[in-house]
Amino acid sequence: METAQITPQERVQTVKNVAERVAQWSEDSAKNVLLLPAILVVLLLSIFPLLVSLYLAFARVEFQRGAPVITWVGTANFAKLLIGSEQRHFLGRFGDINPIGWAIFLAFAAFMIFMYVRYLLSPRRSLFGAILRIVAIVFGGALALLMIATLTTETGLPGTLVVTLIFVFVGVTAQYLLGLGLALLVTQNIPGKRFFRVVFLLPMMITPVGVGFLARMLADTVKGPLAPIWQAIGLGAFSWGDSASGARTVVLLGDIWQWTPFMFIMLLAALEATSREQIEAALVDGATRLSMFRYIILPQILPVSTTLVLIRLIEAFKIIDMPNILLGGGPGTATESLTLHAYKYWASLDLGSSAALAYLMLAVVTYIAVVYVNSVRRRLVENL
Amino acid sequence: MRNLFKARNPFDPSPGWMGFSYLILGIWTLICLFPLYWLLITAFKTPADVNNGPRYLPFVDFQPSLQAWQFLLADPTSGNMVSRPYINTIGVGLLSSLFALLLGAGAAYALTRFQYRPQPAAIATFALCIGLAILLIAIGIAWPLAVIIGLAVFILLLQTIGRRFKGTMSNNDIGFWLISQRMLPPITTIVPIYIVFQQLRMLDTWGALIISYVAAHLPLVVWFLRDYFQNIPIELEESAFIDGASRYQMIWRIVLPLAVPGLIATFLIILVFAWNEYTLALFLTNANAQTMPLLVASQNATRGPQWWNISVLVVLMIAPIIVAAIVLERFIARGLLVGALKG
Repeated sequence: METAQITPQERVQTVKNVAERVAQWSEDSAKNVLLLPAILVVLLLSIFPLLVSLYLAFARVEFQRGAPVITWVGTANFAKLLIGSEQRHFLGRFGDINPIGWAIFLAFAAFMIFMYVRYLLSPRRSLFGAILRIVAIVFGGALALLMIATLTTETGLPGTLVVTLIFVFVGVTAQYLLGLGLALLVTQNIPGKRFFRVVFLLPMMITPVGVGFLARMLADTVKGPLAPIWQAIGLGAFSWGDSASGARTVVLLGDIWQWTPFMFIMLLAALEATSREQIEAALVDGATRLSMFRYIILPQILPVSTTLVLIRLIEAFKIIDMPNILLGGGPGTATESLTLHAYKYWASLDLGSSAALAYLMLAVVTYIAVVYVNSVRRRLVENL
Repeated sequence: MRNLFKARNPFDPSPGWMGFSYLILGIWTLICLFPLYWLLITAFKTPADVNNGPRYLPFVDFQPSLQAWQFLLADPTSGNMVSRPYINTIGVGLLSSLFALLLGAGAAYALTRFQYRPQPAAIATFALCIGLAILLIAIGIAWPLAVIIGLAVFILLLQTIGRRFKGTMSNNDIGFWLISQRMLPPITTIVPIYIVFQQLRMLDTWGALIISYVAAHLPLVVWFLRDYFQNIPIELEESAFIDGASRYQMIWRIVLPLAVPGLIATFLIILVFAWNEYTLALFLTNANAQTMPLLVASQNATRGPQWWNISVLVVLMIAPIIVAAIVLERFIARGLLVGALKG
């Protein structure tokens, strides 16, 4: 019987062993316990919905007593948007392209062909790359033709795709240039830096819905604060909301007001991180402001700049709140963005078209992001 | 006159350039602040003051009144419409940011301290099996059965063929995969999410909003905090390990206290995102869980532009954010920067 007795030391040893094994187990499990929840949440709420959405894009969804009934309809949703009854809404109304339009398009095509031939003659060409570039050029040419046919012609009318592209390109360009200019001014040795940093950040923090209302109040030519100016220049009876271009301008101004701070803050930090020695050496050598910017500052901030532009490009495509608040996408569909367009399908319970439109939008965003990263960004960063 | 553009010290801007700089900066300050000033004074105007053309200065041009505030906050006829969305916004914002921070901090820490080797072959098989399940549902098999078949095929393939492929990916790939979810326009995922929440009878509840906000903001948290954890010296944890601390003790006692500034900054940034969020709330809420951006937006359709009321609502909505922005400007700028510069 004595052999079965456990001495106190042995008991301590056993307890220690168990504790060690628990510790070891928790150590091993920590690796998964910490990461998996995040992965699962993203999988469940991003990847699965994305796949289901792809299925819905080829289906008609009806609600019968609350339960969704999903019927496969093939490519009907896409056909409706691209060539069918909703083509006008999505792509716009095409006018007859005038000679100037053709000239623009030919210049664009010539440039594309030139770049393509250059790629074929370069040493890093590959069959895969050549095929991908053909696809990219055809897609880009189609987008260019679409913009020319809806924007430069008399009878043309842009659809939601072109309107969104205008918001994205004009908005992001203006935000970058304004943000860069302001950051260059603030980065000098001037008193009041902190004040400007805080004040310039404010617009970004405001809800886009609030910015929409602010823009509407300020754009009021009768009761708004700028009314005396409008009256003085004879535009007292003019209303921004009546014309398509006027309405688009107000949406763009609101968007630029809101997002210039983002560019400003980021570029300011990038400028403050540039090396001072080179700048000081250049100053001693008597370099002008312009040449200093071109040859010393710009190369250093270009990598950050291209990233910032990419972030804003992607984010800007998601615009919905401001056009919706300002004029509900109107007049007509003049300020209707793609997300707002998809929301309208959803609101009329046409979930299939909503998903199809979302996928077309995703294709355009991906196309622009990939082309941007592979051509503009790589070239700019490499060549400097 | 010439001297005006020459600085005494070559590194300081010359007085003339300085004046030019201040002129431009002053104009932009005005552009930033004037709309906010106009918003604030409009909130204290009576309808007559708004409708009779622009009035600029309180006590000079018009008498400030609390009429709109009283109507929205104290008048029973307006149904006290503000308090509920306000509580919703605060509650959903705080809870979703907290959960996103919790999950995201764990993932960010794990990505900086452990080596993961996910296998592309396994992932491809997984995607294939999801496709299979969807296909099965499409041809009319009940979804629980389809999911089980998909899972079974996945495990089977993983144990047999999956082991033959050796290629692996690294932590950076996981990080990039997470942040790439921000690229998706929310509209591409919202319709299925809406259907699921509808089936779970969770539409128009805090739960639906919190879950979808956590998913939307989690990638940002991981991205911001990964950089932060990387800069916390790993030697501290190594010495704690020698002293016999477990992984969780290390995180709790050493890493978290050091990461507090980063955690606060990240929390605030995603709180602002959740506070301002419009698209998801537009799809997922109706009246019960309506948030402030939607309440403000709805003023457009239902009442026409009653600027005095809208201004009060916008002031209420943005006041906490403005205060936070002024106090925490440095934090916010830095947090955003980490995310952008690494991307």
